[in-house]
Amino acid sequence: MPHILIVDDSASMRQMVAFTLKGAGYDVEEAVDGADGLRKAKGKAYNIVVTDVNMPNMDGITLIKELRALPNYKFTPLLLLTTESADDKKQAGKAAGATGWMVKPFNPEQLLATIKKVSG
Amino acid sequence: MTIDMSKFLDTFFEESAEGLDAMESGLLNMQDGAADDELVNTIFRAAHSIKGGSATFGLSEVAEFTHHMETLLDELRAGKRAVATELIDVLLESVDCLRALLAASKSGAATDPERARILSQRMGKMLGAAPGHVVQQQAPEGTVATAGGAAQGWRIVFRPHAHLYRTGNDPVRMLRELAELGDYTVACDTSRLPRFADAQPEDCALAWTVELRGDIAEKRVREVFDWVDGDCDLTVERLAATAASAHKSALPVVEQKAVEPDAKAKAPEQKTQSQDPRAASETSSIRVGIDKVDALINMVGELVITQSMLGQVGKDFDMSRVEKLMHGLAQLERNTRELQESVMRIRMMPINFAFQRFPRMVRDLSQKLNKKIDLRMSGEQTELDKTVMEKIGDPLVHLVRNSVDHGIEMPDTRRAAGKSETGIVTLNAFHQGGNIVIEIKDDGAGLPRDKIIAKARKQGLLGADEEPSDDKVFELIFMAGFSTADQVTDVSGRGVGMDVVRKNIKALGGTVEVKSESGKGSTFTIRLPLTLAILDGQLVSVGEQTYIVPLVSIVETLQMKREAISAIAGRAELYRLRDEYIPVLRLYDLFCIEPRQKELVGGLLVVVEGDGKRVGLFVDDLQNQQQVVIKSLESNFKRVPGVSGATILGDGTVALILDVGGVIDASRQATSPKGFGTKQAQVRAA
Repeated sequence: MPHILIVDDSASMRQMVAFTLKGAGYDVEEAVDGADGLRKAKGKAYNIVVTDVNMPNMDGITLIKELRALPNYKFTPLLLLTTESADDKKQAGKAAGATGWMVKPFNPEQLLATIKKVSG
Repeated sequence: MTIDMSKFLDTFFEESAEGLDAMESGLLNMQDGAADDELVNTIFRAAHSIKGGSATFGLSEVAEFTHHMETLLDELRAGKRAVATELIDVLLESVDCLRALLAASKSGAATDPERARILSQRMGKMLGAAPGHVVQQQAPEGTVATAGGAAQGWRIVFRPHAHLYRTGNDPVRMLRELAELGDYTVACDTSRLPRFADAQPEDCALAWTVELRGDIAEKRVREVFDWVDGDCDLTVERLAATAASAHKSALPVVEQKAVEPDAKAKAPEQKTQSQDPRAASETSSIRVGIDKVDALINMVGELVITQSMLGQVGKDFDMSRVEKLMHGLAQLERNTRELQESVMRIRMMPINFAFQRFPRMVRDLSQKLNKKIDLRMSGEQTELDKTVMEKIGDPLVHLVRNSVDHGIEMPDTRRAAGKSETGIVTLNAFHQGGNIVIEIKDDGAGLPRDKIIAKARKQGLLGADEEPSDDKVFELIFMAGFSTADQVTDVSGRGVGMDVVRKNIKALGGTVEVKSESGKGSTFTIRLPLTLAILDGQLVSVGEQTYIVPLVSIVETLQMKREAISAIAGRAELYRLRDEYIPVLRLYDLFCIEPRQKELVGGLLVVVEGDGKRVGLFVDDLQNQQQVVIKSLESNFKRVPGVSGATILGDGTVALILDVGGVIDASRQATSPKGFGTKQAQVRAA
């Protein structure tokens, strides 16, 4: 099963995403902000990274830019969690190298469908 | 797959509370003019997280309300809006409102929709737009069929740009997704493939044409390529009319959004709200930094090593290994102490948790009183026990209120006195010995010495010609029913006075004292033990028993001289200590036990202080001082007057910890028969 890194400063969102994905059999690890995410991603090759946009220390867009520049993450699906109102964020994310995005609020079914789309 | 979202609610409520606190203190800082980007970002992020979480976990009311706040903050962040008092006021009120909404969601109680509505309207007005039901529209369900219309099928030409792989996308996944939509045939176009020598392995040179048959909405087809918009050339045409509308399909399709709120999204929300009064039962939890847990695990590791080392020594022991044994025991002692400290540290929280309410409080109070006040805080990271923290909150509020209300003068008074119009209230916390010290300092008028003396004379607390020292005068404000406030204001002077503050602090094993200088201000200093679980005690023996006197309450210990002992009327005995007569209390009488010594002369007197009164405890002997772990007598046995708890000594016997306040009370009831008349105090280890 793919290894997924979920990066979000909100513990409840992390819990929800991690719980849903673990329930579907994925290996999930969590990071609390962009800087933590980058550190964890460097230490291990994840198959998918899902990140929030607004976070302290390092935001999601920067994280994606940094990850995409790493040889290990050149082709890895990097997904952004955004809110519907942030169309400019989608574009910024794309410019930074994001594979795609997921619009908040989402329910577990939508999350699983999206992850399935980029896994395997 | 259905997942019960309510299990994440507790975490959500907890982090929302933290977010709201962060917003509040951020907003207050912003008001002080420090509107730097990071600050605004922090506030925005907090609102953003609460909105995202509440929408996800089905708290639509909260989400909708937070949306306006977020929008306002976003404008602020983008520099489209200036920091104005009005804006901060609205946002602060919104923080309160949001707190109430969240509390209501947590307990399952009814909310006050009116308050939220009015605030929403105010924010809406500021935004220049009527508040709409934004959130509900924002839950599009991917599967909703739209006006794009069904067709016989679609012909899709998908020509990725060379860099497509480097976005993390993969044409194979998209083709696979298309295949799931309907009857599907695909043709691969290899015409762009370079010669092998020129091939770039990371580029995408292939293109595909897919014919998809079935009753499929165009939106569904385009959704598959949503993420690669701009990374490929894509045409989607109706199969039946391929030639006619070649140009049309290249345009983005404008669609009507499903206006009706999605039924699926609403259902779980109702469920969580109805079944959730359970959340009201409060399970108290603390967040512990991972470093503290790691330290603990580390310590346990050390302990295990020491244990196995000692086990080895004990296996076939002879006297040649005594040194090793001693060494092991010393190490064990060190491990135990470190482990104890680490465990204690888990309960420790920065005092910031108690301090953080004050910026808001001082702001509101100073507005109400028309005073100008600058609140300065330092030492916010000083840690203390969670229970102590919870209990020190109210006394602190009282003292800060006092400083703001009575301490700091009105701006014109201050100007007349040659001081800056803005008064300064300082909160400071630091560690000193085994205590935490909290100072509340103001640069106001100082305590009204003359007024206090006058009042004290009137109440008969002071003789008419007595000229007391400053310390003694200021002590008076801690007496019950003693208030010098000219009039009872809304803010303080409502009868709950300094005596309650002192009592509460005493109950925590702490002390409070005041220093004041006329015209320069006053300083209240609170000293608290770092934890309630451990106590620094003086072991004393009476007969066969050992008692523990809390070190903080001991004033001094002395050997009694004949000439200083005087007995008045029957049993009451006094000892003259310098200028003061101190009642002598024979501990053995109190606990009905047989002492080794009944003769006062030459005996040991431990002078203790509690509730502002002093007594001398007559004991047989002093033993050592040590830290003792407090065990509750109440929960293990029953409440015993004069005893606050018990502990287990090194040799396994139980020793009672004296409740100095209770003992003093007992000594004042001179009429009562011998002691407490109880044998229950003689508890022995089972």
